[in-house]
Amino acid sequence: MKITYAEAFLTAIGDAMAADPRVSLIGRPFSLGPTRVLVEGLRARFPDRVSEPPISEPATAALGAGAAMAGMHPFVDLATGAFSFLAFSQLVNEAPVAHYMSGGRLAVPVTYHVTQGVRGAGAPQHSHDMHGHLWNSPGLQILMPANPADAYGLVRAALASRNPSIILSHFKLAGVEGELPEPRGALPLGKAEIKRRGRDVTVVALSLMVQLALRAAAILAAEGIEVEVLDPRTLAPFDEEAVLASVARTGRLVVVDETPLQGGVASGIAGMVAERGFHSLKAPVQRVARADTPVPFSPPMEEFIIPNEAKIIAAIRRVVQVQ
Amino acid sequence: MPSPESQWQLLERMLLMRRFEETVQSLAEERAFAGHYHLYIGQEATGAGAIALLRAGDHIATTHRNHGHLIARGADPGAALAEILGRQGGLNRGYGGTFHLTAPELGFLSTSGIVGGAISLAIGGGYAAKQRHDGSVSVAFFGDGALEEGISFEAMNIAALWHLPVIFICENNDAAAWGETRAPSPEISHAAVTLHSIPMALGIEAARIDGSDTSAVTEAVAAAIARCRDGGGPVFIEAMTRQWPGNSQQFPSLATGITDLRMATGEVATERTHRHWYEEGDPVLQLGRKLVAGSADGASRLSEIDGKVRQQMAAALAFALASPLPPPAAALDHVFA
Repeated sequence: MKITYAEAFLTAIGDAMAADPRVSLIGRPFSLGPTRVLVEGLRARFPDRVSEPPISEPATAALGAGAAMAGMHPFVDLATGAFSFLAFSQLVNEAPVAHYMSGGRLAVPVTYHVTQGVRGAGAPQHSHDMHGHLWNSPGLQILMPANPADAYGLVRAALASRNPSIILSHFKLAGVEGELPEPRGALPLGKAEIKRRGRDVTVVALSLMVQLALRAAAILAAEGIEVEVLDPRTLAPFDEEAVLASVARTGRLVVVDETPLQGGVASGIAGMVAERGFHSLKAPVQRVARADTPVPFSPPMEEFIIPNEAKIIAAIRRVVQVQ
Repeated sequence: MPSPESQWQLLERMLLMRRFEETVQSLAEERAFAGHYHLYIGQEATGAGAIALLRAGDHIATTHRNHGHLIARGADPGAALAEILGRQGGLNRGYGGTFHLTAPELGFLSTSGIVGGAISLAIGGGYAAKQRHDGSVSVAFFGDGALEEGISFEAMNIAALWHLPVIFICENNDAAAWGETRAPSPEISHAAVTLHSIPMALGIEAARIDGSDTSAVTEAVAAAIARCRDGGGPVFIEAMTRQWPGNSQQFPSLATGITDLRMATGEVATERTHRHWYEEGDPVLQLGRKLVAGSADGASRLSEIDGKVRQQMAAALAFALASPLPPPAAALDHVFA
């Protein structure tokens, strides 16, 4: 039976709450659109363990971190990704440093979630992708599901982990449908999945970019270009070995990510392969990323600056032409 | 009213906190450790008085001015000193330093050096207590500066809305609050005349007390704990502490010397320069005087306690100095649990 990403996500929170009394929910995941009612099912099942905070991202994020330090495993939803800039002191300067700063004595098993990315008419202030900023904050696990099965498995993994985690859901994934494999359970962190096998080129993508890359790969397959789509699934920890092994097979790399090119995630992955996988490469690495501008409101301008299937296909053609 | 015996115990703990900080300052003057630091001298009555009332399972969040709270809760002074020196045997194995001393086994949350950190992490401790229904409380210690941060309003608002068992203890060590010259910052930072009026606007029970009077601290905190354990929601205590003259510059100095307990017995006269501090400010001398006055053998008991505490600190210092520095590559450990 197919379910949506948002449904799988909430199912995972519910299963974790049923399995572990330390897990509770603060906030309303997927609070935009029809998915906003999904949380009511959890509230009915666990009336004392679901709370809706005031519009106070910093204190809500701090509350989650403090509760985790006191032995709970709270799931804290900070709504739209861009709002979490308000809580950056907590997300990068409290939760991820506390374990280290205590010399390994204090665990901080808090899970944060935001819905992020260029969502369509979000304009500059509601369209941010947070993972580039957060990837520069050691101590934080960054989980980026691409489909309902991964959403389920990564939520369970975060809620079972002793470390602070943030799960980033792209706005456009909430309604994406897929199967939920049985038996249900946590996915390993730091373990990439090859979403499609191919011999000619490796495309590394996370979150919504996996969906775009799979569509591009299907189109190119008709021309005889076999694209391997590799999804690291978690940015931190990052499965460098899986990326290097794939590039060793294909000899070509395209990295797709919605963070801006400058200092962004595509650049970070490309840099790692340039250093550790240089001798596998038959062609220059291509980065398909957002332009280095704020995100404009008007749809044609918005579309112009973000990765899409056409840009991925063009990048793949550039690298496969090099023999 | 606390028993005389418990007050003597409190005095011993306060003296340990004082001698600890005097040792830290002496080490700083010898340049035995790197970086800036903050001392708790002058606030001992608040920290010791409040923490003595807590039980196992309660949580504490403190700040960059944390040494006193750790010692009050019973953390090993040797391991605390070793941490300040960046040694492997430190409470945080050298990863935290003076700003971040913590002891999770004693209920401490992460000790944040960011203003507004403690007050906001502490509501997480209160949330955990409420989720577990275990009757524990969470105590936040913070300075008047924390209420200059927006997150403090948010944290108090959530604590009030959700009836969290959190005791907000604002250690107001701002000289301006006493009508004295504020140093080193020349500007007044709060529009509110009294800081405890801010939580009152949110319906939080709040009071201002003399934070250098152990009896006042004990009375107020005991009532707050009872209210919290009973599900009555958060309480805010504005504890007015006297500014220690040693804090008047950017870096602390032992402006008032090594505390001489004979000033409490009358064996030594209070020196003119800082008479105000010795006679009305210093909470250790204040409690010492009170106990000596109420006891026939007070003076000898005081000197006995001092001897014991000095011995304890000598052993702590020896431990800390003997503890090795961490191997450099240990920097790569403990990023994740």
